[in-house]
Amino acid sequence: MLSVDLRIERPDFTAEAAFDAPAGVTALFGRSGAGKTTLINAIAGLVRPASGRIEVGGTVLFDAAKGIDLSVQARKVGYVFQDGRLFPHMTVARNLAYGGSVDAERVIAMLGIGPLLERSPATLSGGERQRVALGRALMSGPRILLMDEPLSALDAERKEEILPYLERLRDETKVPILYVSHDMSEVARLATTLVILDQGRVLRSGPVAEVLSDPASVRSLGVREAGAVITGRVESYDATDDLSRFVFEGGALILPSQLGPNGATVRVRVAASDVILARVPPKEISALNVLPVKVTTVSQGRGPGVAVGLQAGSARLLARVTRRSAASLDLKEGQEIFAIIKATAVARRDIGQS
Amino acid sequence: MEGLGPEEWQAVWLSVRVAATATLFSVPLALLAALALARGRFPGRWAFNILVHLPLIMPPVVTGYLLLLAFGRKGPLGAFFGEVFGLVFAFRWTGAALAAGVMGFPLVVRAIRLVIEAVDPKLEEAAATLGASRLRIFITVTLPMILPGILAGAILGFAKGLGEFGATITFVSNIPGQTRTLPLAIDAALDVPGAEPLALSLAVVSVVLAAAALGVSEWLARRSLKKTGAL
Repeated sequence: MLSVDLRIERPDFTAEAAFDAPAGVTALFGRSGAGKTTLINAIAGLVRPASGRIEVGGTVLFDAAKGIDLSVQARKVGYVFQDGRLFPHMTVARNLAYGGSVDAERVIAMLGIGPLLERSPATLSGGERQRVALGRALMSGPRILLMDEPLSALDAERKEEILPYLERLRDETKVPILYVSHDMSEVARLATTLVILDQGRVLRSGPVAEVLSDPASVRSLGVREAGAVITGRVESYDATDDLSRFVFEGGALILPSQLGPNGATVRVRVAASDVILARVPPKEISALNVLPVKVTTVSQGRGPGVAVGLQAGSARLLARVTRRSAASLDLKEGQEIFAIIKATAVARRDIGQS
Repeated sequence: MEGLGPEEWQAVWLSVRVAATATLFSVPLALLAALALARGRFPGRWAFNILVHLPLIMPPVVTGYLLLLAFGRKGPLGAFFGEVFGLVFAFRWTGAALAAGVMGFPLVVRAIRLVIEAVDPKLEEAAATLGASRLRIFITVTLPMILPGILAGAILGFAKGLGEFGATITFVSNIPGQTRTLPLAIDAALDVPGAEPLALSLAVVSVVLAAAALGVSEWLARRSLKKTGAL
């Protein structure tokens, strides 16, 4: 468990942020320049805050009032940098062992880096490099894992290669993970808790499903990024049509490709702009998914858009429609309507193991 | 050109010994000075910078004279080394090595300082997050990265030591077999009527030595670059 309450003053930038990160993955999300890296560096001890307090799992790393400021070394954070920062003059094995050999065999097996041990970092692919960087951080036996956009330097294919490892890591280790990202798909797949940062301040924080399905988040996330995350399980897979049936509390969705083995729990991000609303169940349309839902909130944005909070069973969804549509549908809280979700709108990258 | 006699060969070997000794002692000190200048934040840093550069900007004769004052038999440092270590510099090959080392020092410091300033602190940060102490970071991360620069500095210092003239002749004079290095031997040969071909032969030897030193340094630098994956 991480608890942060900091004020950081830099010549060109001031950040004032407080948040708690429970076990699991806490995503720090924000545009570039929002102060994500500055904040994570302050936790690592690479940046000195002007005031505040940092505590990880009962150990105080920094407390300006009490004059506590542990050195970087003493903080025992596992830091996975955006650019990996493997030592170029050492083999993979020596890189891994640099900070210690805690749980070495399990970490190496989990990350699938056994065959790379004798290689030199210069010969690794971007994805391999990040896996080694992650292994090196884990093997130092950290109190917390700090990951600063570890996938941002990778192309989509490499990201796909690493994300399952990160999902496993989240589910298999007890080390809390603070994950900096500006990619909502990554956040939706990995995060248990979401902290939205803007200009050095925390706009919102809370459990990821709650924050993402809140219409008020649309403004802070941006129109493109907003969208709810629903967790459910794979019921069946139809190989002929290459479609999976995904069931969650509140209904079922037909989604493209095989999401996982039958029975597997997965989480799916449904972007707000991919949800269409209708007052009566539509007939003879190509969209495969029509869910009966209840309107929970209608919130007016600044532009032509309206964010509509929806509830299907206990699951929450988010839709974004134009103000004109909202008016012509006469959307009101408590109204029973239908949400239409195009199967192909949910991309592979929006689906994660949970 | 003329073949070299035993006396000339003696000058060649003396030169190599003087330059090698000078390099051996000046490189570690230059590394410390370069670290202090590149990373240190202490009062009087600029004054220290000037002090380090003095041998480069002063007339060599002045450096030699100051060495004579300090390290001569009666000089304060000369007396100290004589009494404590039994080490005499005045009119000995050790004095020639000292002069060569002092004259080359600023060059070595500059070469090493350049690479230290070019080191990306990101890798050192990464090492710190992995719990490595500052000393361990320096030995395992910084040093391997600046090794090519240290080699380059060492070669510069060595070449400078081979060619040092002014400070040497002022400090330890031109004594055959003791302080008569290559440049001093060339100078002596030019003073003797008819010995000019000998001077030319000695000049060729010094060119060959300098070129060989450069070749070795290029090879070493390449090897260490390969090791750090930069090549």
